[in-house]
Amino acid sequence: MGERVGIEVSLAAAEAVKMANVDVVAAYPITPQTHIVEHLSELVADGELDAEFIPVESEHSAMSVCCGSSAVGARTFTCTSSQGLALMNEIVFIAPAMRLPIVMILANRSLSGPLSIWNDHTDVMSVRDCGWIQFFTENGQEAFDHVMFSFRVAENPAVSLPIMMNMDGFVLTHVIEPIEFWDQETVKQYLPDFEPVNRLHPDNPVTMGAFGLPGIFTEAKMAQDQALINSKAVILEAWKDMGDLVGRYYKPVETYHVEGAETVFLSMGSVGETVSLAVDQLRARGKPVGQVKLRLWRPFPFEEFREAVRGVKQMIVIDRAITYGGVGGPVASEIRSFLYLEENMPIITNFLCGLAGRDVTVEDYMAMFEKTEQMVKGKVRQEDYIIYGVRE
Amino acid sequence: MERFNVYASRLITKKEYFSPGHRACQGCAEALAVRLVAKALGQNVIVSSATGCMEIVSSPLPFTNWRVPWIHVAFENTSAVASGVEGGTKALIRKGKLPDKGTVFLGMGGDGATTDIGLQSLSGAFERGHNFLYVCYDNEAYMNTGIQRSSSTPFGAATTTSPAGKLKPGQVTWKKNMGEIAVAHNIPYVATACSSYPFDLIEKVKKAARIHGPAYVHVLSVCPTGWRIPPNKAIWIGRQAVETGVFPLYEVENGKYRITVDVPELKPVLDYLKPQGRFRHLTPELVDQIQERVTREYNQLKAKTAL
Repeated sequence: MGERVGIEVSLAAAEAVKMANVDVVAAYPITPQTHIVEHLSELVADGELDAEFIPVESEHSAMSVCCGSSAVGARTFTCTSSQGLALMNEIVFIAPAMRLPIVMILANRSLSGPLSIWNDHTDVMSVRDCGWIQFFTENGQEAFDHVMFSFRVAENPAVSLPIMMNMDGFVLTHVIEPIEFWDQETVKQYLPDFEPVNRLHPDNPVTMGAFGLPGIFTEAKMAQDQALINSKAVILEAWKDMGDLVGRYYKPVETYHVEGAETVFLSMGSVGETVSLAVDQLRARGKPVGQVKLRLWRPFPFEEFREAVRGVKQMIVIDRAITYGGVGGPVASEIRSFLYLEENMPIITNFLCGLAGRDVTVEDYMAMFEKTEQMVKGKVRQEDYIIYGVRE
Repeated sequence: MERFNVYASRLITKKEYFSPGHRACQGCAEALAVRLVAKALGQNVIVSSATGCMEIVSSPLPFTNWRVPWIHVAFENTSAVASGVEGGTKALIRKGKLPDKGTVFLGMGGDGATTDIGLQSLSGAFERGHNFLYVCYDNEAYMNTGIQRSSSTPFGAATTTSPAGKLKPGQVTWKKNMGEIAVAHNIPYVATACSSYPFDLIEKVKKAARIHGPAYVHVLSVCPTGWRIPPNKAIWIGRQAVETGVFPLYEVENGKYRITVDVPELKPVLDYLKPQGRFRHLTPELVDQIQERVTREYNQLKAKTAL
């Protein structure tokens, strides 16, 4: 196994991309993604990474370059945030329809306006239905490990779909953490070479991106949906093999103190570690509280989630994005509709917090727990969602 | 010259890479241009295409008219897709994962995809210096969506969004000079062509493909449907465009201008405008205005060839 080093998470992620021996990197700078692409361009400039670094003139072109390079069978990486994702939105939806296994790190940042460079999940939730495999990382080690994971899953011929690895901006991208690097031999064992199902090559001409008339469009979309659903088996296998190789076993849904828990927090991304501290304190006070962390977002891990929250009476869903004028945050509204037909459906409260990098502390989560208790006891009317921590 | 043409046509391959059976309109000179470009480039090419007429007529899933590798992603990003195709192939060759076959990378789009919505991505690809050829098939409006004006629509032309009305004489702006915009990027090869002059077009495409670095060929592609002419007049109209000086055929190799189809004495622009329904509303004063501009620009081009 490799050595443990203290390193900024962005740099570690870039090093992992290098170890994956990527062929093409196409990116446009945007805070807080910049350190990842800066480091990759340094690695190319120094000859440590043999890849084409294509410094495009926009994110729209970044994703378009990725489509072209992935279509010729080159291992392809890009990275963006917020407005960059919004600008490439059109092509983000096309890439999975064309079954192009691009790997993208999304350094999560709020969408304008007002303009903000800070972290929340409004960017990723704007592409919830884009058809990519989407998952969240919680710390630097997870980020490093999941670069290799992403290439392996995306490029698996049975999957052949793009994959979006979410990494909270600043709170994850810009912190220095002790990270255990893999050695190159482990990477080789874990990640096979990219052998595309089809590639653009004069020896075997193929047409990619044909247009769909109404008579075939629905069938094409059904096939795409099935491909995303079926990717879960490959995802689970990739996590198991990683565990066997490096000793860290990841799951689509992680739990913390759910045994006997009547109330659970549901979180995604880097806030999970703070939530865990709140759970510790509440447990110390004798409250039966636990935590569920959603790592895999698409395809949604139905069985694992159902299992994780079995017997729970209340659920506190933390959303880090707003659905204006809707029924709640994007995560809560999905969880509510998913659990609607379950027996003993838990009461779900929904807190929208941590927008644009505003700190959410252990005390805040404890306050959310108290508010939930009051709601359950009928002292406070239950609302569809609460934008938490608004200054008076 | 006539005899030479009879002979020269035999040198062109009989093979079709853009196959018959596509769904273009009758008399579509753009489909002819695409076919000629495909013949000029042969089998060893990867094509990136923009959304538009040529994409729609040639790729209804599960059919295709393309006998060479072809990719379409979206409308405005052809040059970026071609950049990725070229960059990805280059990386794979350098890393020993693919043999170097000297494949040509072609980007193609209409005038909307090139001069309007895709200008940024084209400029980016030129600036980065990708080894690719971009061919713009210019039919002077958004024909695929129903003849809406673009920045490549000529002054005075009536389209569905620049109609000739009581106050406005159709398009009120002058055609964007895309060739000069390409030249301003200091790329090694820029040319104009027209499918009414097939040998000139094929020569230029072959030359552009041989050159290392970005190359740009702007092809005037007569559209009978949008220009309101009978389909059997398409080739003839293309010749009028050149013979009147409205669309001169030239090339710029490493900054050096050369007119490739010389017109010693320009015909009056009316010969080009009059047969087309899109110009039928033009007054003599407007025709004079167009004549004045065409003459001036042709002389400016001539002056550049003398440099």
